[in-house]
Amino acid sequence: MRRRAGAALLIAPLLLFLLLTFVAPIGAFLWRAASDHEVGPVLPRTVAALATWDGTTVPGEDTFAALVADLREARARDRETGAGLIPRAAARLNSDRPGFRGLLPATARRAEAPFEGSARDALLAISEEWSQVETWGAIRRAGGPLSSFHLLTALDLRQDAAGGISAAPPDEAVFRAVLLRSLWISLLVTAVCLALGWPLAWLIATAGGRASTLLLGAVMLPFWISLVVRTAAWMVLLQREGVVNAALKGAGLIETPLPLMLNRFAVVLAMVHILLPFMVLPLVATFRALDPRLPRAAASLGAAPWRAFLRVTLPLCLPGVGAGCLLVFIQALGFYVTPALLGGPNDQMLAWFVGFYATRSVNWGLAAALSLVLLVAVGLCVAVYGRLAGFRRPGAA
Amino acid sequence: MGRAILWAAGVLVAIFLLAPIVAIVPLSFSAGSFLFYPLPGLSLRWYQDFFSSDFWLPALWNSLGIGAAAAVVATALGTPAAFGLWRAGGALRSVAMGIVLAPMVVPVIVVAVALLLAFGPIGLVATHAGLVIAHAALGAPFVVVTVLASLEGFDPVQLRAAAACGAGPLRAFFRVCLPQIAPGVAAGAVFAFATSLDEVVVALFISGPAQRTLPRQMFSGLNDQISLTTAAAAGMLVAFSVLLLLAVTWLQARGRRRAGG
Amino acid sequence: MFRRDVLKGAVAAAAALPAAAQAQGRDLTVVSWGGAYQDAQREVFFRPFQQQTRSRLLEETWDGGIGVLRSRLASGANTWDVVQVESEELLIGADEGLFEPMDWAAIGGRDAYIPQAYNEHGVGAILYSFVIAYDRARMAQGPANWTEFFDTARFPGKRGLRKGPKTTLEIALMADGVAPDQVYAVLGTAAGVDRAFRRLETVKGDLAWWERGAQPPQWLAAGEVALTNAYNGRISAANATDGRNFAIVWANNLYTLDSWVIMKGSPNKARALEFLKFAGQPEIQAGLPPRIPYGVTAKGANDRLPAELLPNLPTAPQNLANALQISDRFWLDNLDRLTQRFNTWVSR
Repeated sequence: MRRRAGAALLIAPLLLFLLLTFVAPIGAFLWRAASDHEVGPVLPRTVAALATWDGTTVPGEDTFAALVADLREARARDRETGAGLIPRAAARLNSDRPGFRGLLPATARRAEAPFEGSARDALLAISEEWSQVETWGAIRRAGGPLSSFHLLTALDLRQDAAGGISAAPPDEAVFRAVLLRSLWISLLVTAVCLALGWPLAWLIATAGGRASTLLLGAVMLPFWISLVVRTAAWMVLLQREGVVNAALKGAGLIETPLPLMLNRFAVVLAMVHILLPFMVLPLVATFRALDPRLPRAAASLGAAPWRAFLRVTLPLCLPGVGAGCLLVFIQALGFYVTPALLGGPNDQMLAWFVGFYATRSVNWGLAAALSLVLLVAVGLCVAVYGRLAGFRRPGAA
Repeated sequence: MGRAILWAAGVLVAIFLLAPIVAIVPLSFSAGSFLFYPLPGLSLRWYQDFFSSDFWLPALWNSLGIGAAAAVVATALGTPAAFGLWRAGGALRSVAMGIVLAPMVVPVIVVAVALLLAFGPIGLVATHAGLVIAHAALGAPFVVVTVLASLEGFDPVQLRAAAACGAGPLRAFFRVCLPQIAPGVAAGAVFAFATSLDEVVVALFISGPAQRTLPRQMFSGLNDQISLTTAAAAGMLVAFSVLLLLAVTWLQARGRRRAGG
Repeated sequence: MFRRDVLKGAVAAAAALPAAAQAQGRDLTVVSWGGAYQDAQREVFFRPFQQQTRSRLLEETWDGGIGVLRSRLASGANTWDVVQVESEELLIGADEGLFEPMDWAAIGGRDAYIPQAYNEHGVGAILYSFVIAYDRARMAQGPANWTEFFDTARFPGKRGLRKGPKTTLEIALMADGVAPDQVYAVLGTAAGVDRAFRRLETVKGDLAWWERGAQPPQWLAAGEVALTNAYNGRISAANATDGRNFAIVWANNLYTLDSWVIMKGSPNKARALEFLKFAGQPEIQAGLPPRIPYGVTAKGANDRLPAELLPNLPTAPQNLANALQISDRFWLDNLDRLTQRFNTWVSR
């Protein structure tokens, strides 16, 4: 008991530190994927009026009047405090329905002056947009405090005003393709790493002596060198007036330089280079632990070499192969720097879009939803591997 | 025959691993300004450029300072935690392990954006302290894993012996255990330092112009244009990496000797 | 005992960190477009200003986008003080309260600048043009206008365009035969936008998208692109300093104006104004065009320039003759919508 309490006390400072600087920030960030706070507090009456709306026809006069009252109040507050409530609400609505960024401030500006007649006529005179069911649907979807909008967007889905969920129109759908692309690139990188890593690891494990040490050094050195440096090195090699093209030209093999950079090839090549050590090192450990007598025993019992490999060696290596593949795949999935520098616009992975929506379009909800997709993919990989390899149960060690 | 093919394949892959580094380092000593071979001559002008620029030298100092501070924080928190994890069992161990190892698995872009949004309102963005905290969190798991590995070679009976002689648990840890696992702790610190020295994405998102680190400066240099000064910076980072690799190899060999003796 | 002290110390240190971070004042941070342009600005404005005021000025580089400025302010993590922005970013940002109102009295008064430089929230910094550029070392005779720029049969190879709808859509329409004075009328309709994207779609595989002004001259030099849309000044700078032989085609160039703004809530507002006042003096500004041929905004600065420089400036009458002035009004209303559509289109 005392021992356990002492152990907990020793772990506590690091746990507390990580909870504050890692777990809590990420939790708070991911929570944005499912919450919506920009519109509800600014247009409370409108959101309340829309709560009972059926979403099939344009709402009634009371909703229009509620919007006018909300906008007048928000505009007065904006002017007084410079809080920017209306631009922020407009930005959020704009990410659902393009055009809102202009529509909401313009409506607020023009609806401020007193008008005769119904609020409905006044708003329709300002913009025809207010006669569209989906304009109001966007406000309802953004009403918060909880919302599925960002998560649906991250999966290329839309919810219409009546609540039905459908696929996004093809000229707006992009994220499923990005997810598939990220998975595909990661898979390709993992497969190439395995194919290249296997012979090298085998050699390191079996060559022995100086050769083993040298080859291991060739794996360890790049492993320690900064990712940015290695990406830069590939840029130097692959660019149009770079080392490879200059060499090929010098050898008379080509006349015009080859486009080696800003494409998928360069991204995969550099990612393989960066992640290969993560494949080789677990494989080396596995091969070293392998009892060389086993395949020999199989051979002496009359098994052909390939059969001995398939039946004896391979099953023994699977945990190491699994560990290497998992390490490479998970890291590949989150790559940001290398595709950004070496890839073209069609080679950017999920991480790039997370960064884009976080720093260039104030759409943290979508950035969080995309992060969640990324984390779920990573989590699934870990879980699947745990199932296959049978992680030791807690305490069993 | 099969063996020859294996050798050829293995050596080719090893060459593939080393080639980009072998290609970029000599370029940084070029007397010309092209990024390809043959070199028109050798010179140190790009290193001179590096040391006289308004951007690179401060970036170097930032990298070293932030890396050292992050390594100290990560080691100070990670070493006792590793010891605690080694002593702990059951649910506590697996839950704590999950949290401690999370920074190794979570994609760094998620960490970067989350920290930007969390640190912004409390004034930690664009401060050295903010970057040190972030890098310490990313480096701590490496300390824990390395120290845990070196604890494998430590016999817990010694602790009981120390307790029998009247030493409290803390005293026993500092007097008996720590000296024996010191190489592992040092290796963990080097890992944490290297993590910070490598890290670019979090630095891109939460640092300001006064906290530019070497990789971050390189990243913006690569976006802008690859100059040979960038190659010189790369050369410096390669040199650091070699030093760190040698340090860890030495420390681990020492740790093994100790555990063996 | 020991443990408690350590813990207490750690907690106290953790609690003190943010406060210490906020208390430590931050140096004036000026943000511009990087590359040859910012190199010139450093020589002409940044270094002399630091020497004169004996204080530190930090530089940052960005590649535009109103969203970047919005994110910085909304996340509470803004560290920029003075930013050079494009014309429609000035209008949008001013409208949304991202910038401090410009204190014109503090920077020399409105009359010290050319009329286009005036805005309630910003002061004009440079006038510049988007032009066609190619490398004469690789191509003897390049395209003479935007239609030929899109002619992939006559001029094979990649062509660089600026990543984003602004300039790209105008160019696509001009390439499709729309006269410069009709461009925004056509682009104002849904059919016109579709027409522009259709025109781009026909050459999509041959397009390379640059994001920073420094990229087009590098890509030309490296042969990454055969032709490119580029800032006129960057191309001239590459010819002057790197010994390149790039051609500039002024036909239907797109010209506009960049401005300096001060970010909302900047703790360095007084120093920011001091910097802008310094950068607004004609004798200081006259140092810029010889290094990079952009038009400058202080009255009297042009009189101090050598005569042979004037034809290289976007403000030369022959260069203005068939130019298209980029409509910041149009982009104020449409930038977000079209950026979204453009990004989706380009990443597919």
